[in-house]
Amino acid sequence: MLDKAAPVSFSVSHFLKAIGQHMRVLVVEDDRETAHFLQKALKESGHSSVLAHDGEEGLAAARDGSFDVLIVDRMLPKFDGLSLVRQLRSEGNRTPVLILSALGEVDDKVKGLRAGGDDYLTKPYAFSELLARIEALARRVEPQEEQTKYVVGDLVLDRLSHRVTRAGEPIVLQPREFRLLEYLMRHAGQVVTRTMLLENVWDYHFDPQTNVIDVHISRLRSKIDKNFEESLLHTIRGAGYMIRAGKS
Amino acid sequence: MLARANPLLPAFTRTTAFRLMATYVAVFVTVAAVIAGVILWQTNELLVRQVFATLSTEAEGLRELALQRGPEATLRSVVERSNDARSSLYFLSDAQGRKLAGNLNRWPPELREGKGGLFNYAVASDTGSEEHLAIGLPVLLPGGQRLLVARDVEEPRQFIERVRLLFVGGFGLLVLIGLAGGLLASRLILRRITEITATSDSIMSGDLSQRISTTGSGDELDDLARSLNAMLDRIEHLMAGLREVSDNIAHDLKTPLNRLRNRAEAALREARTVEDYQEGLERTIDEADEIIRTFNALLLIARLEAGAVDESKEVFDLTALVGDLVELYGPHAEESHRQLSFEAPGEIFVLANRQLIGQAVANLLDNAIKYGEPSPESANGAGARAIEVALQRTEAGVEVIVADHGPGIPQADRERALKRFVRLEASRTRPGTGLGLSLVAAVARLHDGQVRLEDNEPGLRVILSWPVPAGLEASDSRTTGGEARSC
Repeated sequence: MLDKAAPVSFSVSHFLKAIGQHMRVLVVEDDRETAHFLQKALKESGHSSVLAHDGEEGLAAARDGSFDVLIVDRMLPKFDGLSLVRQLRSEGNRTPVLILSALGEVDDKVKGLRAGGDDYLTKPYAFSELLARIEALARRVEPQEEQTKYVVGDLVLDRLSHRVTRAGEPIVLQPREFRLLEYLMRHAGQVVTRTMLLENVWDYHFDPQTNVIDVHISRLRSKIDKNFEESLLHTIRGAGYMIRAGKS
Repeated sequence: MLARANPLLPAFTRTTAFRLMATYVAVFVTVAAVIAGVILWQTNELLVRQVFATLSTEAEGLRELALQRGPEATLRSVVERSNDARSSLYFLSDAQGRKLAGNLNRWPPELREGKGGLFNYAVASDTGSEEHLAIGLPVLLPGGQRLLVARDVEEPRQFIERVRLLFVGGFGLLVLIGLAGGLLASRLILRRITEITATSDSIMSGDLSQRISTTGSGDELDDLARSLNAMLDRIEHLMAGLREVSDNIAHDLKTPLNRLRNRAEAALREARTVEDYQEGLERTIDEADEIIRTFNALLLIARLEAGAVDESKEVFDLTALVGDLVELYGPHAEESHRQLSFEAPGEIFVLANRQLIGQAVANLLDNAIKYGEPSPESANGAGARAIEVALQRTEAGVEVIVADHGPGIPQADRERALKRFVRLEASRTRPGTGLGLSLVAAVARLHDGQVRLEDNEPGLRVILSWPVPAGLEASDSRTTGGEARSC
């Protein structure tokens, strides 16, 4: 699954660490097998992790503050995940948190995000989905620091004038296609999953039954990549999409 | 069952009815006894005072006689009166205490002090002698003689005694009747409570079809029995629903689980190269994803049926939501050579759970694209490939209409298609959870609305409708924060 999700070899992961892609992750999960699976999978993706098996342990470790992102299970012994996040936030700790839960209704998600979580993932999940989400969280930029212009290779998206150009040639996009490209470019170099696109571009938190995103992506791709030698919008098998300049 | 049961008291004394009755009787008897006591005491006082008044008049007369006519006259008078008296009593003695005259045998020992008061004296009767009560008043006559004038009050004493006994007996009877009434009432109540308890016990041991019998008198216990029975009906209904649900879950999940297992086994048996194994694992993961999707749909329907999603309703523009969804599914429909069209009368603000309505409409669109394939012989006109989506305002609310030109659903199956967790045979062979319509129906029920399946001649026309309160404005939108962006 992983080699498909992000073709990362040992040397590439070293390279990623060197340019600041490496993450220190705290995993607060009471199921030891799940926790060890996550630790192993994160290591293979070039990230290091620390495990905590209950809320108390997790809170103590998180207070340390040296983590790039926290993965917190919602149901934990001693101290549940939401209380942990609430406590951290009240102490001024702003480390991004991904909440994992078996409860997946919209209401539950809203509660999780209100408690101070930054993202919410329902069990069972694909590891590629989790990885894409924590990478997006760790590299998140505050809205006020957002650039007005995104550049990937020779593709330029101007957020103020709503104009897109590739090698200086203007590209005409539908409003939704513009938002789709904007989201992909904000996360340039990161894997973006179909669920992330549905949630953030369409604001849908439900199962669309069919893979409706792929058609939109292929339309966008035909507009930005057709007639150009280098493809920028890549499909990452088993995971999602990534916009990136340089060789695929 | 009852709290703080005292093992020494029989069961009926623990009922509320008995306790109330006992308390009432105790209070009543106490008050009545106080009143009766006061009456008796007052009567007694009055009687004694009257007798004293008579006695002092007589004593005064006899003293006057002694003063004017001398001691002999008094003596004669006392002898005379003693003889024909019936209730008047006299005793005359000299200064040394020797008896001179009178019908009393002796100076009563109770009155030695020289004061008036009550005393007992012996009276000869048919059966020997008996004690009578009397009131006496001593008088000092000139010349040192001492005279006692008294009245026999045995008769009124006995009368008062009889009245006293009557009171005591009456109260005793009252207590007995009161307690017996309490006992009877409590046993009646207890019998019916025991009946209810016995029924509940047999229900708890598994027989949900049992009901508590009512007497038809319409009393409060009947009311209780009726509402308990209504509760039992509801529980039985829910239990039956749950059984149906678990049967369907078993079927809908076991089939793909079995497929998953088969794939894994086949991979183990047949795979030779790394690529073979990889493909086997990939297909296993795809199968697992399908199971997760089915499970999520089942869970969501179950949650909606429980009706616990009310708080996340918000006001939003339905036209924008459905328009976005049509736009989202449009390219996908085109890939299946279908055309999505959308028609709406402008902004329509509704109060609903945006995500759930979105899910329901998405399911309808997905179904129309998936199952609405027109049959080859009817697919000559361009319209046969169209899927029409429309919004309509009605008197009570809104309607979302999704119509295709596919094979449709036979009349006989339409109602069943909307039932909880029912999956029509035709859909079992197609990809997807097959729970799409059940979920739409559950979403409609949650919004007090309904789903109608109609013939689109040919094809299926699905109408999702729900009531919308009047006067929703654009400014009300996003009252509850259903949105939270992660990036």
